[in-house]
Amino acid sequence: MSYRNRELASLIVVAILTGLGFASVYIAQQDVISTASLTYAIFFLALYLVAHLVTRLTVPFADPYLLPLAGLLSAVGVIEIYRINPQDALRQSLWLVVGVGAFAGTLLVFRWDYRRVENYKYLFGLTSLGLLVLPALPVIGQRVNGARLWVHFGGLQFQPGELAKIMLIVFLAGYLREKREVLAQGRPKDLGPLLVIWGAAMLLLVQSADLGSALLYFGIFLAMLYVATGRRRFVVAGAVLFVGGCYAAYHLVDRVRERVTIWLHPWTSHPVPCPLTGHPALRQDCSSYQLVKSLYSIAAGHFGGSGFGKSTIATPDGHPLIPFLKTDFIYSALAQELGLVGISAFVLVYVVFVLRGMRTATIADDGFSKLAAAGLTFGFALQTFIIVGGIVREIPLTGITLPFVSFGGSSIVANFILLAGLLLISNRAQLRYA
Amino acid sequence: MNDQIRKLSVLAVLLLVALIGATTYWQAWAAGDLADKQDNAIAQVAQFTVDRGLIYAADGTPLAANRPVKAKDGQTFYFRRYPQGDLASDVVGYSTQSRFRTGLERSENDYLTASNAHLDTVLNKVLDRLKGTTVKGNSLVLTLNPRAQRQAIDALGDNCGAVVALEPPTGKVLVMATTPAYDPNLIERSFDTIAQRAAHARCSPPAPLLNRGTAGLYVPGSTFKLVTAAAALDTGKVGPQSHFFDKGYCIEYGRKVKNFGDQAPEAFGLVTFTQALQHSINAVFCQVGKRLGALTILDYARRFGFYSLPPLETPESERRVSGLYDHGKLYFPKHSFDVDPGRLAFGQERLGVTPLQMAMVTAAIANGGVVMRPYLLDRVEAPGGGVVTRKHPESLGAAIKPETAATLTRMMEAVVAGGTGTAAQIPGIPVAGKTGTAETGVNHVNTTWFVAFAPANDPKVAVAVTMENQSQTGGETAAPIAKRIIETLLGR
Repeated sequence: MSYRNRELASLIVVAILTGLGFASVYIAQQDVISTASLTYAIFFLALYLVAHLVTRLTVPFADPYLLPLAGLLSAVGVIEIYRINPQDALRQSLWLVVGVGAFAGTLLVFRWDYRRVENYKYLFGLTSLGLLVLPALPVIGQRVNGARLWVHFGGLQFQPGELAKIMLIVFLAGYLREKREVLAQGRPKDLGPLLVIWGAAMLLLVQSADLGSALLYFGIFLAMLYVATGRRRFVVAGAVLFVGGCYAAYHLVDRVRERVTIWLHPWTSHPVPCPLTGHPALRQDCSSYQLVKSLYSIAAGHFGGSGFGKSTIATPDGHPLIPFLKTDFIYSALAQELGLVGISAFVLVYVVFVLRGMRTATIADDGFSKLAAAGLTFGFALQTFIIVGGIVREIPLTGITLPFVSFGGSSIVANFILLAGLLLISNRAQLRYA
Repeated sequence: MNDQIRKLSVLAVLLLVALIGATTYWQAWAAGDLADKQDNAIAQVAQFTVDRGLIYAADGTPLAANRPVKAKDGQTFYFRRYPQGDLASDVVGYSTQSRFRTGLERSENDYLTASNAHLDTVLNKVLDRLKGTTVKGNSLVLTLNPRAQRQAIDALGDNCGAVVALEPPTGKVLVMATTPAYDPNLIERSFDTIAQRAAHARCSPPAPLLNRGTAGLYVPGSTFKLVTAAAALDTGKVGPQSHFFDKGYCIEYGRKVKNFGDQAPEAFGLVTFTQALQHSINAVFCQVGKRLGALTILDYARRFGFYSLPPLETPESERRVSGLYDHGKLYFPKHSFDVDPGRLAFGQERLGVTPLQMAMVTAAIANGGVVMRPYLLDRVEAPGGGVVTRKHPESLGAAIKPETAATLTRMMEAVVAGGTGTAAQIPGIPVAGKTGTAETGVNHVNTTWFVAFAPANDPKVAVAVTMENQSQTGGETAAPIAKRIIETLLGR
C-alpha cells in the first residue's frame, strides 16, 4: 500500500474511534446533550480528509502515521473538552479548523523546498526571542495561573511560547548545522553560544518563575547541540549549569521557591502561611490546591477509569472540583475517565508519534533536516513530559499545554505547524526511495 | 548524527514512559490513601454517585433510603433520606455532603458504597462499571426493634437519657435510643433547627447529636452494686445469706456519710447480703467494698468490659470507655488505697459508665456470666438479594462463674419482687433488676438508672435505662420505662 493509502486507512480507524468516543459521552449524558454531539465525529472525518487530500497533493511520500496520530490526540482532546463544557468544544473545533488551515498552508508554501528557511535562521531566532519577551511586557503581557506566559492583544489571547519554540528550533537547526564542526572541537571559546542560551533560559526562569518553560527551551537546545556535535561534555556542562542556575533561583526568587515547595510538600498537617490570602492555611487548601485536586482526579480513575463522560469533575450543583481542567489539567480528567489502562495507551500514542518523528530525523539526508526533525520531535516529547510530569509530581508543575489535546488556540495552531514541518522533512527524505 | 538521534529517541521515550510509571503510582499504589484524604472532594462527591445501600431495622423497616437527584451534567447523585426521622438517628447517623458522615453511615461506608473486599461485591461492581450502570451498594439489616425503639424515645420524652437493650444469649442490640434525638433529614437542609428542637430537653447542653447510649458517661450509682456483688460472690468472700450490720452510715475517706434518702428506714440493723441488694443499702456495700478492696472490684469491672472500648459497629469516636475518671482522663489506680473501696462499692466514686456498659453487665449476669460481644449489624445484603456477610454471636469471655450469675439473678429478682425496683414487676414474668440513683452533687438532681433482664429464668432481654437530672429515684423514674421496653420486646 502506498504511503497515502496507509494514511487514509489509519485516519478511518481514527474516525471510528472518534465516533465511539463521542458516542460514549453522548450515552453517559444523553439527558442533557443532544445527538448533535455525534456530528462532531463527522466533522472530524471531514476535517482530516481535507488534511489528507493536502498531504496527497503536497507531500505524497511523507510518513503516513504522523497525521492520524495527531488526529487521534486532537480528537481525544475535543471529546474530553466536550465532556467538560460543550461550548468550549465548539471553540476548540474552530481552532482545529484554523490549525488544519495552518497545516495546509505550511505544506503548500514549502512543498518544493522547505530548506530555504535556513537562510532566514537569524530572523527566526530574533522573532523567537521577541515572542518570548512579549508576555513580560506591561500592558499586553498577562499573568495567568502564576506565570507570565500569555499575551493579551485586543480581544485575543495567546501563548507566544508555542510558536517561539518552533522558531527557536528552526534557528538552532540552521545555526548548529553551520557551526557543528567548529563546536565539535569543543574549544572553551566555542562555549559562548551555550552560555548565551543558558543565560536566556535563566532570565526566563527568574522573570516568569517558570521552571518548566526554562527547562523546555534549554532542554531542546542541549538535545540539538548533542545531536549536532555528539559531545557529551556539552550536555553535562549544560545540565550542571542549568541545575546550578535553578539552585540559585530557588534561593533568590521567592516564587520559584514557592513552586518547588508545592512540588516537594503539597500536603501539610499544620497551617502554613498562605501567600494568596495572607492567612495561615493548610498548603493543600492554598498554594498546592490545584496540584492536589488534580492528583485526586487521577487517583479516582484507578485501573479501568470511570468511562468517557462519567468522571466526577463537579459537585452536584455544578461547581468545578478541579481548577483549569480543560487547559493545564486535561490529563487529570483523562486519567480519571480512562483509568490506568486507557491513560497508558494515551501516553503510548505520544510515544509512537515521537518514534515516527525520530525516524524521520534518522532518514533525512541533510544536517539541517536532521537537526530540525530531531529538535521538533524532542521538543514535542519534552513539552509533554513537562506538563504531565508536573501533574504527576515528577517535576514542579508548569502551566503549559499538552500538545494537540489541551484547550487553546495557539497551542493547536503551533502543533499543526510542527506536524507539517515533520511531514515536509519526511517527504523529502523518502522521495529518493520512491 | 544518526547515533545521537537514536540516543535522543531513547531519552524521549524514557521520559514519556516515566509518565506512565508515575501515573501508575497514583492510580494503583497511592489511590487508596488519596481517597481517604479529608480534602478529597472528588472521592467525597463520587461516593454520592453510588446507589448507596439501604439500612433496615430487624423487621425490615427502612431506616435509611435514597433520593436520586439528576445533576446538570446528567450524572445521578444519590442523597440520603431517613423515612423514620429520629427513630435511630444516633445509631444510623447520617451521610451528607456538607457534614460528611456519622454513625453506621460512616463506619459501614465500605459496605454501603460496595467498596468492601468481598469477591461478590467486587465482581458485581466491575460488571456494573463495564455495563455502564450505576454501582449499587450493599444494604445493612440491623438488630434493632423499631417498635421498642420508638417506645423508648417516647417514654424518655423531654428527659435526657438513653435506653439500651440487649439479647443476653447473643449480644444483639435490640434497642439503642437516645434523647434528645434528632431528625437526620435536617442535617443538610436546616442544621440549626436541630438545636432549636432539642432546646426543650431537660439538660444542658442538650447535645442531640450525642449517642448517649455509647458515649454518655454517667455515675452508675447503685447499679454498680451488681459489679461489687458479682466480685463478692465470685471470690467467695460473701454469700447471699451472709449477715451484715447496717449502722446507717459509711466511713468514706475517713468521713461519716449517711445512707441515701431512698433507703428508709435510716438504718436497717442486721440484714443479709440479699436484703442489702434488695434495698440497696450503701452502708453494707461500703463494708463489702472494704473487705474486697478497690482493685478486686475494678478487676471484676474489667471482666465485664470496663476499661476497654465496648465493641460495636459504630465509629470509635462515638463510643467511650467506662471506668474511673480522673480530671476527664480514664484512670486505673496503682494501689488499692488510691481509691476509697467503700465509695467505689456502691458506685459513687469517680466512675463514668455508659448505658451500653451497664447493659452488658446485666446481660452477662443473665447469660450465666458470659459477656457477649454486642452487635447492631445482623447481616449485609447484596443489592440483588443474597447475604454478603452475617454476624454470629461471639463471646468475650466469662466475667463470673455460672453459679455466681445464678445467685445474683435470684438476688436481683428480690429487688423487683420486694425491694427498690417493684415498679418493674410484670405479671407472670419474673424480672431481675437493680435500681440506681446517682448523686450529681446538686440536691434533688440525680442521674437515675434501672437495669433489668427478663424472664429471669430464661433471659431474652436485658435493658439499661439512664435518665439525667431527675428529682426522684431510679425505681420511680427509670424502672417503669424498663418495664415497658421489656414488655414490648417480649411481645406483651
